[in-house]
Amino acid sequence: MKTAEQVAREVRSGETTATAELNAALRSVAARNEELNVFLYVDEEGARAAATLIDDRVARGEVVGPLAGVPVALKDNLCQAGVPTTCSSRILEGWRPPYNATVVDRLLAAGAVPVGKTNLDEFAMGSSTENSAFGPTKNPLDPSRVPGGSSGGSAAAVAADMTPIAIGSDTGGSIRQPAALCGLVGVKPSYGLVSRYGLIAFASSLDQIGPLTTTVMDAAIVLEAIAGHDPMDSTSLPEPVPSLVAHVDDGVAGKRIALVRELVDGADPDVLASVDRAVAALREAGATVVELSIPEFRLGLSAYYLIAPAEASSNLARFDGVRYGLRVQRDDVTAMMEATRTAGFGAEVKRRIMLGTYALSAGYFDAYYGQALKVRTQMIDAFARAYRQVDLLIGATTPSVAFEFGSRTSDPMAMYLSDVFTIPSNLSGEAAISVPFGTGEAGLPIGVQLLGPGRSEALLLAGARVLEIANGRP
Amino acid sequence: MTPLRREDVAHVARLARLTLSEAELDLFTVQLGQVLEHANDMANLDLTGVVPTAHPFGLINVVRADVVRPSLDRDAVLAMAPDAQDDRFGVPRIMGEAP
Repeated sequence: MKTAEQVAREVRSGETTATAELNAALRSVAARNEELNVFLYVDEEGARAAATLIDDRVARGEVVGPLAGVPVALKDNLCQAGVPTTCSSRILEGWRPPYNATVVDRLLAAGAVPVGKTNLDEFAMGSSTENSAFGPTKNPLDPSRVPGGSSGGSAAAVAADMTPIAIGSDTGGSIRQPAALCGLVGVKPSYGLVSRYGLIAFASSLDQIGPLTTTVMDAAIVLEAIAGHDPMDSTSLPEPVPSLVAHVDDGVAGKRIALVRELVDGADPDVLASVDRAVAALREAGATVVELSIPEFRLGLSAYYLIAPAEASSNLARFDGVRYGLRVQRDDVTAMMEATRTAGFGAEVKRRIMLGTYALSAGYFDAYYGQALKVRTQMIDAFARAYRQVDLLIGATTPSVAFEFGSRTSDPMAMYLSDVFTIPSNLSGEAAISVPFGTGEAGLPIGVQLLGPGRSEALLLAGARVLEIANGRP
Repeated sequence: MTPLRREDVAHVARLARLTLSEAELDLFTVQLGQVLEHANDMANLDLTGVVPTAHPFGLINVVRADVVRPSLDRDAVLAMAPDAQDDRFGVPRIMGEAP
């Protein structure tokens, strides 16, 4: 499969057309979507119009963007005007947003061709896509296993060669974990780098949108295209975004990197071996790698599973059958809302709403939510101390390779532990990247994670590029 | 912290506007109890004096220029509503009938 970089270059030079690339993508979708359940909706008509627009502009000799003619898969929690957007929930089934998410507008401006909407864990709550109301997505590399989640459909779209790139969202690891499980590059940008306008909110202080790609360069191109200040998002960072593409091949010579004990503790032996080899590759490239313990990371999971549900319980209050989506008719308004929410939300979403409501309720607020916010402060301080000593941190992305369907669904805590290494960067609002490095059990891919301070994307991409080369992609 | 009781779960469900079956009440009491138990490793920490962080970079009030600009098209928005009447969202009865 061509990379996005290749597709865009060939579209610009006239070697191929956006329409030809779209046709190839649609053929791949037709071949495997029934088996894998990747796309919930394919917007063939809209995609054809977008591709034709690019081809016409190329024919007229106009300058087209860095993603000219590149098919892109969108996680179905991103609003696209007129295209069904469900969050993989019955409560939004049939809803068509009246506007585009800023990310969708920026992808279109860069020349990308949105092909359709991909499956996710309902409202992005999960680590396997098993929580989708429309059935799980299967891992294209081994259909008996999960693709990870919650951006599992977006990861599977790229891993199954349906689209060269996909967009996901990451609240506790939902880009990096499926990227690791499907053998892809996944970036969780610094909080505020990418506008959240039009991303249906799960936990507003943690959510960030980012790319899933096959190469580090593609991740840089996509991130550069979607990043930047947006007046429609009050948490959007005001500073201009420096070029990321220009720094991908900067290398890591002279950089200081810390292998963090808490980001590998409890990982399977095959994952540990990959992290060790990644450390060796970074040293080989001229970085100094030291070992560090950051005990505060141990509390991340506990804090996250109170903070994220607390924010979700508030955000999801808007789904009440009044303005959009499902309504279950009842004679009075409160009964209607309760019946609608009860019928519309799946079990995991109900669990998290309940957990958040409890953590925020009178008598428990200080002990649970308040305490979690203080732990969050300690986590941020611990990161800051580490970054006074080193430039980047390294660890595993996930404790294991892709797991089998049903193996963790009956025990929420076991599923939540999939996110133990990814959660710290969401709590601190800082950047992190997962890059494929080696394979483990059953030949499945392993992801290694690099973490950096806020706005360190260029450095993270350069580090990931070093690992990508060492992993055999020159 | 005291362990989560079934009646706590029922109370929270009412606050969250969710109807739980008897079986769901039993299941959620166990499952939510496990998550809260995991959170107890935080509950015992002495964090006196630590400032809570609700947001990674601190929220500042952002205002836009006070000029009229287009907003979402009303008809397009109402077309997606479960019920709309007279350019408004329609809902079932909110208050009781007059006696």
